[in-house]
Amino acid sequence: MYIFKTILTHAVKNIPHKFLKQTIMKNLKNLLLLGTLAIFTISCGDDDDGTPEVINEEEVITTVRLTLTPDSGSVVTLLAVDSDGEGPNPPVLTVSGSLAANTSYSGDIVFLNETESPAEDITTEVEDEADEHQVFYLASDGLNVTTTYNDTDEDGNPLGLDITVATGDASTGTFTVVLRHEPSKPNDGTLAGAGGETDVQAVFTDVTIE
Amino acid sequence: MKFYFLLGALLWSTLGFTQNCTYTLSGYVIDLHDQSTLNQATIIVAGSEEAVTTDTDGKYIITGLCEATYTLQVSHPACETQAVRVTVRGNTTRNINMEHHLESLGDVQVTGHAHELKSKTGTETIVDHQILESSSAASLGDALRQLSGVSSLNTGNTVVKPVIQGLHSSRVVLITDGTRLQDQEWGAEHAPNIDVNAAGEVTVIKGAAGLQYGGDAIGGTIVIEPETIPVKDTLYGRTIVTGASNGRGGSITSSLTKSFNNGWYGGVNGTYKRFGDFETPDYILSNTAMSEKDVALRVGVNRYRFGIEGSYSIFDKESGILRSSHLGGAEDLVVAINSDEPFVVNDFTYEINQPRQDVRHQIAKLNGLYRFENLGKLTAQVDYQRNNRLEFDIRRDSEDTRPSIDLQLETFTATADFDYTADNTVTAKFGVLGRYREHFPDPITGVRRLIPDYEAFDFGVYALGSKQLNQWTFEGGARFDYNQINAEKFYLTSVWEERSFDQSFPEFEVEEIGNQIFTRPEFSYSNFSATAGVGYDFDGDYSLSANYALASRAPNVSELFSDGLHQSAARIELGDLSFNQEVAHKFSLNFTRTEENWQFAIAPFASFINDFILIEPTDLRQTIRGNFQVWEYRQTEARLLGFDIDNEVRLRENLTLKNQFSLVKGQDLTLDDALINMPATNTRNSITYSLPEVSNLRFMLESNYVFRQNEFPDNNFEITLPATDDQVVVDVSTPPDAYHLINFRGDIDFALGNKSNLNLGLMVNNMFNTSYREYLNRQRYFADDLGRNVLLQIKINY
Repeated sequence: MYIFKTILTHAVKNIPHKFLKQTIMKNLKNLLLLGTLAIFTISCGDDDDGTPEVINEEEVITTVRLTLTPDSGSVVTLLAVDSDGEGPNPPVLTVSGSLAANTSYSGDIVFLNETESPAEDITTEVEDEADEHQVFYLASDGLNVTTTYNDTDEDGNPLGLDITVATGDASTGTFTVVLRHEPSKPNDGTLAGAGGETDVQAVFTDVTIE
Repeated sequence: MKFYFLLGALLWSTLGFTQNCTYTLSGYVIDLHDQSTLNQATIIVAGSEEAVTTDTDGKYIITGLCEATYTLQVSHPACETQAVRVTVRGNTTRNINMEHHLESLGDVQVTGHAHELKSKTGTETIVDHQILESSSAASLGDALRQLSGVSSLNTGNTVVKPVIQGLHSSRVVLITDGTRLQDQEWGAEHAPNIDVNAAGEVTVIKGAAGLQYGGDAIGGTIVIEPETIPVKDTLYGRTIVTGASNGRGGSITSSLTKSFNNGWYGGVNGTYKRFGDFETPDYILSNTAMSEKDVALRVGVNRYRFGIEGSYSIFDKESGILRSSHLGGAEDLVVAINSDEPFVVNDFTYEINQPRQDVRHQIAKLNGLYRFENLGKLTAQVDYQRNNRLEFDIRRDSEDTRPSIDLQLETFTATADFDYTADNTVTAKFGVLGRYREHFPDPITGVRRLIPDYEAFDFGVYALGSKQLNQWTFEGGARFDYNQINAEKFYLTSVWEERSFDQSFPEFEVEEIGNQIFTRPEFSYSNFSATAGVGYDFDGDYSLSANYALASRAPNVSELFSDGLHQSAARIELGDLSFNQEVAHKFSLNFTRTEENWQFAIAPFASFINDFILIEPTDLRQTIRGNFQVWEYRQTEARLLGFDIDNEVRLRENLTLKNQFSLVKGQDLTLDDALINMPATNTRNSITYSLPEVSNLRFMLESNYVFRQNEFPDNNFEITLPATDDQVVVDVSTPPDAYHLINFRGDIDFALGNKSNLNLGLMVNNMFNTSYREYLNRQRYFADDLGRNVLLQIKINY
């Protein structure tokens, strides 16, 4: 307590008037300038009063739809939907039906971001930057399917938005669709060889050819 | 007020009539710093030119004075001459305070100054001026990790975060020129926003003994102080130019200081750094170029009794992040880990592309101090900090130049501290602090916010003191902090429900918007921290001290609010709203020998941390982008044990051996397993040969051996590769092998006229171009560490 009292007494008695007069008054202009500067800097800060605005993730792809159309027969759709993106709900994968044996299908793939309304079509983005993307189609050993690319980027390397899927004899297996961003192009057609980063990976198990 | 002046003037003039010139004026001339008396001070009475000198006790007597106001000119060999006005009324006693300059301050080439211990019994280390200067082109983290017990958590080689005895990020408090740095230090890949060249002296307190700086420094405190500016008429400066072979770049830093006899001073410091892609022994690390621009200004006045200083600094750094470290899911990680070389190795370039970080930190500060005679020093400070952090990821659309993370943290702080200095054997310090922080993540990114909008209020009060009794020193202190945080955050509804926050925190829910839920989490924490210590000076050159520090840290924003994909780590990170604060008990011992030819220090410690917050993998999550490892924050009981050894032996007049050894072992007591990311044991040994007669020529050869970290938790996980259906293990745990680096440093002085000098230095780091990976480098999965680096440095003092 004594210390506080002494400080107070000291402050009142001893802060020299000279100090107040010379230092503060003389530099009042500078102090004010500094203060103004500080206020200016502060008020220039982004105004974020009120509720922050909601962000609908723009970088996310929620939906992959591969439509396989044969010359004659029924269309088969492979659909992967992950409505909460990186959230805990796993993607829901559906295959609309079985593929017919020894048939050629023309394949057409669409990538969508359905968190936005209306849904954003990301396929066009992939198309516009074809040299930086490639869609890979991989069938497991048991599944008699071969995929051929019908489209290329500006350098003549495969892109994979337009494909042909040719089925062989009746079989069952896994069919995987992978969209890679900035893979090495050209590559050996394997994921390991292509590198880059995965934008989409949809693994359709139990694809049947009858 | 005016009335009293008039009254005073009237009285004085009345008294003037009875002129009686037989009075004496006496007193002592006292050094303001330590209250010691000054002998050989000369006092001249203006007008009469009568001069007296103080005696051996510092006492003076002037006789034959009238009742009047006199001006005395007081001078002393070690002090600046000053004028004092004294009113004599009868026999008058008046003590005169003078500021006694330390000899080193008058020296233009400041090689170090009297160091004031930040903690009397805690373990602390001072960073050598030479280390700071030789790290001029690198970073603060690079300078600090040359100390025993300090290592670094790196993201590449330009983002270097200090680790003190195994702890980092929010557990390390950084104080720069009296201001606690608020630069989003919670992030493991966020390096301190500090220009190493603006530091005059850096002290590292290992542990929470520095209560005046904060009660949450469970790891430690790094105190950065600028150069002390002498009170005299002088103009001086320093320029350091460094060129480096690795990165094919360099840095230039210049400082200029002007001070006047009347106490006014001003200083400016500027740094520019530019590097291209760095290289390992075998390949180029593509997209690791960096650029840094820093400026610091200060203007102030330092009178005997009071001082005011205003300062402003800006730090602006842009660093590329290794291109190959940007990944999709776990499948990409497997490929990257199993590949010896990074996927992307392009030609050397100075360009900085995505992914990259662009950080800017500004500090504006106003500080005042007032000294009370025979009592102490009162300091008050207000400061404003603004941190802008932009992180640019690779976007699907390469035309899209928006950052993926755009954070702005503004901090306003006001502090007042009182330092009791009247008794040489006692130190006492107390202070209060108020702080307001506002965080704004800009929604223009189109990417969900990593850290939410929040406002935080902090209030702190502390008292700290020590007493010296013969050979004993006792120290004790306590601090209380209150933290409040009010956040506004959107959760994915699926995350909110999966984490059961809808049951535990329904009061935070505001509304549901699409697949997200808007919440207002509000928390407050009351933290208590304390320290107690005792030291004993043995006769001769030995001393021993023991310290206990209790520290409490409220969970940081990342630990509370993380809820999604952390792109730069290619993992999903989940925080927990139910965390309470961490409480650490640290016991440290410090045994030192300070003899001229053999200096030795050993500092063992044991730290027990309750509710230690750590992040660890728990799960694998399927998303449409593939599988991502889920890392969840959790609280556990942790124990850290270790010791640091410093040894310096002068074999001959010009031959010095130095040895450092640091060991830390971290254990998760709940799981009975090792803690993740503990620095490996390491030892640094050097031999220095100097030839003072040949222009101060010095050579140093240094060996830095880092052991393999053999204690680590197994966080490996298995995934199925889509192409081949193979089950593979993703090895994210196994630390890299031990490594041994040899560094060389040589320098020589040249005089340039009688006031300036030039120092030419040559440094070679990793002399044998050894390929290695460091456990605490987040890019160790993707690429080797730096290869040989030859640096040429020119330093001019003028």
